[in-house]
Amino acid sequence: MMVKRTKIAVLSAAAAGLVMSGYAFALPEGVDTVQVTATAKDHPLDEIYSGWHFRTPETQALQQDDFENPGFLWVEQGAELWETVDGSEQKSCASCHEDAADTMATAGAQMPKWNEALGKPVNLEQQINLCRSERMGAKPWKWESSELLSMTAFVRNQSRGTPVEVQIGGPMTPWFEKGKDLYNTRVGQLDLACVNCHQGYYGQSIRADRLSQGQSNGFPTYRLKWQKIGSLHRRFKGCMDQVRAEPYKVGSDEFLALELYVNWRGQGLPVEAPAVRQ
Amino acid sequence: MGHIHTAGFCLAIFLGTVTATANAATIEPQDVVIRDAEVEASLTGSPGDPVEGSKWFKSRKLGNCLACHGNRDQIGEPFHGDIGPPLDGVADRYSEGELRAILVNAKSVFGPETIMPGFYRVFDGQRVREEFQGKPVLTATQVEDVIAYLKTLKEE
Ligand code: HEC
Ligand code: HEC
Ligand code: HEC
Repeated sequence: MMVKRTKIAVLSAAAAGLVMSGYAFALPEGVDTVQVTATAKDHPLDEIYSGWHFRTPETQALQQDDFENPGFLWVEQGAELWETVDGSEQKSCASCHEDAADTMATAGAQMPKWNEALGKPVNLEQQINLCRSERMGAKPWKWESSELLSMTAFVRNQSRGTPVEVQIGGPMTPWFEKGKDLYNTRVGQLDLACVNCHQGYYGQSIRADRLSQGQSNGFPTYRLKWQKIGSLHRRFKGCMDQVRAEPYKVGSDEFLALELYVNWRGQGLPVEAPAVRQ
Repeated sequence: MGHIHTAGFCLAIFLGTVTATANAATIEPQDVVIRDAEVEASLTGSPGDPVEGSKWFKSRKLGNCLACHGNRDQIGEPFHGDIGPPLDGVADRYSEGELRAILVNAKSVFGPETIMPGFYRVFDGQRVREEFQGKPVLTATQVEDVIAYLKTLKEE
């Protein structure tokens, strides 16, 4: 499957109920905005900013040129895996989902979704692995394996530009509440919660790092520090490590709940995957 | 020969005395009394070393005060954070006892919502990573060192 790359990614969201506004500084032509005004009831933020907003012009530019963006190595590998037959059923993703550009145009923006059979929400990584084990008769990929990262990056990239929108009603509500609780609970020897850094002080610097709102729309993200792409759960783990807390496991129910809540906090931001971060 | 012997012997006695005093006087984190946003007495019973304190101030592993505070005195260090106020002239704004209370438990001075960590407190049951359980961020000696350093930060 061919990966379509563009020099300047057009990031625009036109979701109903979202007021779009531009940046204070000049953006390259074609780039709309990565900031939206929160209108959801009880939303803790007035303005929602993509992490892109807080990065240096060099890092921003690297993300916006698909030919320079190192995250595309993983997107390319994902495109190949999409068409690779695997497992006892002798199927590839494409056997069922055909052209990902059509079939995955929104899925990447809407996870985690409720899974009736499992009686719990599943995120993109988990859905990919469910399709492998349940539909292809193939072994699930390990978290942070090059395969799972590549496929996640590929699928999310198909949804690039689609505004994040997650369901939090019905059976999702307890998961949402759990995520909210985790977000606001101080942990670790430094006794800090996500909210302390990402809500109270975004735009300000903690040593060399300029704090963002800790949004998820760019994941999986290529980090210059990691020299590779990484999952959202890996980033959560990193933030918990920073405050000297015992992190939850990648793929755990706790991080799944946190992901749901964090995605909701960024509702309306267009998916940017693969983003580039410092 | 005899000289070396004597020197060794003296050193041993000297070390023994220092440890004994430090042990006797050091106040454990759970025993620190914060009254009216002040902790009057030194946690170790003796004054800290400002040169050491300056190290803990910028150390990413220990105090890492520079992560959140600007400080003109350490202008040579890259990347001063701006989460909290710059600490230039902080010695003119706070007494030694007040600085000690801020360092021991910032929440007792700035309120429960503050982002500034308590550096001489022990938290239980909040997913503290095993290697840090039951331990404050800084030792009593390090806290006193940092205080001694902060006391040098005066407006000219
Ligand atoms: C001590 C402050 C601090 C705490 C507490 C903290 N983070 Fe972070 N976080 C950072 C820093 C610094 C970065 C890197 C710069 C940035 O994007 O904000 C970051 C980055 C992130 C990012 C990546 C954003 C992007 O656009 O690439 C996410 C997502 C995130 N944090 C989520 C969380 C969550 C969830 C928690 C709670 C479990 C948390 N953080 C707790 C400091 C913190
Ligand atoms: C045998 C057919 C089949 C194969 C092969 C298959 N899937 Fe699926 N997939 C489904 C079905 C059916 C669903 C609907 C949800 C469900 O019941 O799991 C689905 C759902 C999904 C979704 C969620 C879509 C949405 O709109 O919420 C994603 C993402 C996905 N699959 C990715 C993959 C990937 C990646 C592969 C290859 C590793 C793959 N699938 C292989 C049948 C398949
Ligand atoms: C995570 C960020 C953070 C770290 C790390 C931190 N502080 Fe603070 N500090 C603050 C904030 C924020 C305030 C302002 C009070 C508030 O808003 O809660 C503050 C206030 C202070 C004040 C009072 C300053 C004034 O002018 O009123 C002193 C003194 C101080 N800090 C010293 C230190 C020292 C010494 C260290 C290192 C051992 C340190 N801080 C580490 C965030 C931090």
